[in-house]
Amino acid sequence: MSESILALYVFVLACFIGYYVIWGVTPSLHTPLVALTNAISGIVLVGALLVTGLEEAGFAASALGFIAVLLASINVFGGFLVTHRMLSMFKKKQKKG
Amino acid sequence: MALTLSPTTQALAYLASAILFIFALKGLTHPATARRGNLFGILGMLIAIGATLAGAEVQGYWLIGIAGGLGAVIGIVVALRIQMTAMPQLVAALHSFVGMAAVLVAIGTFINRGAAGTLNGVLMGELAAGIVIGAITFTGSVIAFAKLQGLMSGAPIKFTGQHALNALIAVTTIALAVHFASSGSWVSLVLMTLLAFVLGGTLIIPIGGADMPVIISMLNSYSGWAAAATGFTLHNNLLIIVGALVGFSGAILSYIMCRAMNRSIINVVFGGFGTDSSGGDSAGAVAAEKGVKSASVEEAVYWMEDAGKVIVVPGYGMAVAQAQHALKEMMELLQARGVEVKFAIHPVAGRMPGHMNVLLAEADIPYDNVLEMDEINPEFPGTEVVLVVGANDVVNPAAKEDPTSPIYGMPILEAGKARQVYFLKRSMRPGYSGVDNLLFYQDNTSLIFGDAKDTIEGIASALKGGGH
Repeated sequence: MSESILALYVFVLACFIGYYVIWGVTPSLHTPLVALTNAISGIVLVGALLVTGLEEAGFAASALGFIAVLLASINVFGGFLVTHRMLSMFKKKQKKG
Repeated sequence: MALTLSPTTQALAYLASAILFIFALKGLTHPATARRGNLFGILGMLIAIGATLAGAEVQGYWLIGIAGGLGAVIGIVVALRIQMTAMPQLVAALHSFVGMAAVLVAIGTFINRGAAGTLNGVLMGELAAGIVIGAITFTGSVIAFAKLQGLMSGAPIKFTGQHALNALIAVTTIALAVHFASSGSWVSLVLMTLLAFVLGGTLIIPIGGADMPVIISMLNSYSGWAAAATGFTLHNNLLIIVGALVGFSGAILSYIMCRAMNRSIINVVFGGFGTDSSGGDSAGAVAAEKGVKSASVEEAVYWMEDAGKVIVVPGYGMAVAQAQHALKEMMELLQARGVEVKFAIHPVAGRMPGHMNVLLAEADIPYDNVLEMDEINPEFPGTEVVLVVGANDVVNPAAKEDPTSPIYGMPILEAGKARQVYFLKRSMRPGYSGVDNLLFYQDNTSLIFGDAKDTIEGIASALKGGGH
């Protein structure tokens, strides 16, 4: 099995996990869900690191990688923090007597 | 580097990270577990970044340190300062970053692999897919941001031959992608990239501003697919898994939003009904002719203060007026008088999925008092007063009663079944669909004109002052 086909297996199975997990999310948390998935898709940072950090990377690849790292890390830090801020608002509130 | 992870250790770390991301999403099943879910997500990301940096492939750290540090500062500052009402804009902006990062990573990979002489047709095909999806995500999100931020009109931009033009651009882009994959031509790569950027814009401009919940969800999905495509090019399973999770999350949200409007995704993307100002005027004129009742704050207070139950239906207008904190005060004053107060949320209320819930949570309104459409609908008939704050189409009985209405078939909040309905409205303009709201003409409905926040503050002060 070639590497690409193996990758396809992983992809398709992950789609099924996504399908079943996401249907369980409560509608009241749909905005935090979008923010969280957004932070998580900042995982392209890993790709950006691999491009930028390569020893043989020339100027052009390094420059592109630099911007990609910058953008992806805004996503990661901003995304998780803003999700945390939102979710903190959903704390159980004490009922007034 | 003293410590270099072996590829096997790195792969295991990525697996742990992927599992943590699944638990992160799983945590959002309930508000009580959601914050823990987010922490799982952060942990998963830390492991992923750590394992990548410690791997054999990453050798240079200076550029990464500077770019990452800068990105971290920008991200943290923005996340701390952003107002909850501006969340849709922020999310749109962040989606565009993922798209652009995916494009840059793909081109960077092409350059690196070209220098190493390890390019092949399959890889270049994957790179092309990553670039096209990333580029569409980028410009689509930029347009969505501009519409949400008011930098451009939220009205759909339509012209004849639009769909034909989009189809032409799409086909040309694919042809260039095929040529690039088979030849590795820089010209094809650049042209393909530019056309994909254009396509991202032309696909989004015909969609009306009020279909934003669908657009945001769709772009959320695209950003996931872009990450997955990047994973294919780098043979990185973590990116593939995460991309699939995010892609499906966005796709399911898009489906839920479309279902809540009784429209197909095709209809939203291509059909674009939207606000048309001339239509608005005529509907307003019709409304005036038919004689809509208007009411004073005092009248609403009179009915509310001795009611058994009051239900508030918030919409985008609540966000615009920033009325959520005033609503919280009103809620407490009513509760102090023994009135039960609930909030009814339509799935597409606001500009992104769950928008209203976040704003109400921001105002410290307990989520137990905030109900979804299916939960709250049976309660309207036994309710004395419904207060509609900046919502419109989501309570329009035309969706049930008038088969000729464009919104016919859309599930609605059955506010009209309550004894009294008060609409807080700035003007007689209809909702985004341009459809006249039949509820205005019901005997039990009155309109209170003015800024929603001012009106609610007026109600609150009357409740405070007029003690019995």
